[in-house]
Amino acid sequence: MFTTKSGEQVFVIDSHTHLWDGSPANQKNIHGKQFIDCFYDYHHLGPDGYIWPKEKFERYSEEDFVKDVFEQGYADMAIFNPQYLGDFYHNGFSNLERNEAFRKQHPDRIIANGFWDPRNEEAGLKQLERDAKTYGWKGVKLYTAEWKGSSKGWKLTDPWAYRYLEKSQELGIKNMHVHKGPTIRPLNKDAFNVEDIDDAATSFPDLNFIVEHVGLPRLEDFCFIAAQEPNVYAGLAVVSALVHKRHHYFGEILGELLFWLGPDRILYGSDYAIWSPKWIVEELMSYELPEDVATETGQSLTLEVRRKIMGENAARLYSIDIADRCKKLGLRTPTASKAAKQEVAVA
Amino acid sequence: MQVPTRCGNRRQEVWSALSAVTDPELDESVTALEFITALEIEDQKRVKVEFRLPTFWCAPNFAFLMASDLRDAVAELPWVEEVSVKLLDHFSADLINRGVALRQDFRDAFPGETDDDLTALRKTFLDKAFEGRQELLLRQLLAAGYDPGWITQVTLGELMRQPLDARGDGLRSLYAFMWRRIRPNAGEEDLAFTTFDGEPLEPSEFRTYLRKVSGVRRNQEFNGLICRGLLAARNARWGEAAG
Repeated sequence: MFTTKSGEQVFVIDSHTHLWDGSPANQKNIHGKQFIDCFYDYHHLGPDGYIWPKEKFERYSEEDFVKDVFEQGYADMAIFNPQYLGDFYHNGFSNLERNEAFRKQHPDRIIANGFWDPRNEEAGLKQLERDAKTYGWKGVKLYTAEWKGSSKGWKLTDPWAYRYLEKSQELGIKNMHVHKGPTIRPLNKDAFNVEDIDDAATSFPDLNFIVEHVGLPRLEDFCFIAAQEPNVYAGLAVVSALVHKRHHYFGEILGELLFWLGPDRILYGSDYAIWSPKWIVEELMSYELPEDVATETGQSLTLEVRRKIMGENAARLYSIDIADRCKKLGLRTPTASKAAKQEVAVA
Repeated sequence: MQVPTRCGNRRQEVWSALSAVTDPELDESVTALEFITALEIEDQKRVKVEFRLPTFWCAPNFAFLMASDLRDAVAELPWVEEVSVKLLDHFSADLINRGVALRQDFRDAFPGETDDDLTALRKTFLDKAFEGRQELLLRQLLAAGYDPGWITQVTLGELMRQPLDARGDGLRSLYAFMWRRIRPNAGEEDLAFTTFDGEPLEPSEFRTYLRKVSGVRRNQEFNGLICRGLLAARNARWGEAAG
């Protein structure tokens, strides 16, 4: 819960967090090392004073997570968006059993999403059925650039991906968190190209597609698609970290998102443990759009807009009743934004 | 001390040839960015260059473009008989180094993954650099009170004669440099602001066009700032390792 200067309480759901193990013991090959090294370099884009030693960054504990995300990071709830990366790590970069054990310790606070990979074909579909039953998934993280054997990625429009989306829908897994971010292999088969979102969102109107990292550096492609597809959402992980060093630039991106998607389809996420949520939330909550951006886009960050981005939108996607959840967590219920109140009344 | 001096001159020559190569996205020299990690000259005629990019995962098309530009820049020196360019610590290093050594085209170095050749890649990056610089100057002009009607009609010569403040002047120089690069045969009387392909801009569609090029610049800026941030972190890491 974040309390504003004027004493307003804002319910916070960190929609993009990880519990990973990138330590040398878990690394399968040089790529495992280079992957976590690259994350560690990203880690340095944050403010001084929040930089961890390498060993801790490679494998941090559940206690660190509780302290950084819930105690200091203002989050009332957190969503895991795990990356498997089985070609790089022995037990996966994120491990489902470990995530689930941790979730069970904090069942009212943690939503542990899963993942699937259409390249596992028929066997993977069966696995997805078992996983959905075991873990009760409401969402999955889809990492289209994951390497698997000779394949360097896949698309949501692949025939097998279509079957996995169908299966997800059938199993009640509604939220597809699709990583579409900084470029790794931008050849013609750019695995982070956002175009496949368009087809998938049209074919599966009952599923929600949360585009993590808003497709950057393909922002206008993303906005164009999102403006047309009401079930496409913007996940702010990585983007939110720009608020610190790139004040104006962050405003330009947020202004575009507000203009094209509106305040109901933007979700806050920290991408913990790449960055600590504490400074991100503090800076986001005090951030104002630069004047030129506000004028050009006609947007402003009212308290209502902030409430939606910081928690209400994610709560809606995951059917979380904020007032009820606050009771469970022993928190004072925050005032809801008007739109959220109406929804509760309608429901 | 004839030999070392001559050797020193040749090093200098190679270095200045290398410094003309830019990172296409950051629009900055690879030597200024400290990408070059080693430079060796053997028998006064064989040059070995090694370079490293901000991350192991840098886009292979950028990397390939830079590696072949480095090779060509050095090969142009009259006394050079052999050039080897080696990219270090990159997930596609083997393919890239092999492709550059064999003077392959990009699509041949990455069979089945792209139809792009180097000319197409260069054009893409030039297009981005042009639109990026143009957008910054257009916004500067609008803020200074120039209206879209004037902007869409003005010639390069007239644009260059406008009294602008220091920032505006700097942006104009950057833009004019790129303008002349993509239109080597055009003159001062040609339109200063057109699309990358030379189409004139309509005043009624000016705002839409500006939004479009802003999008290009924003994407480029994102890559740039991630790249610079990672580079700083990586250099610090290699510095520690070396120390």
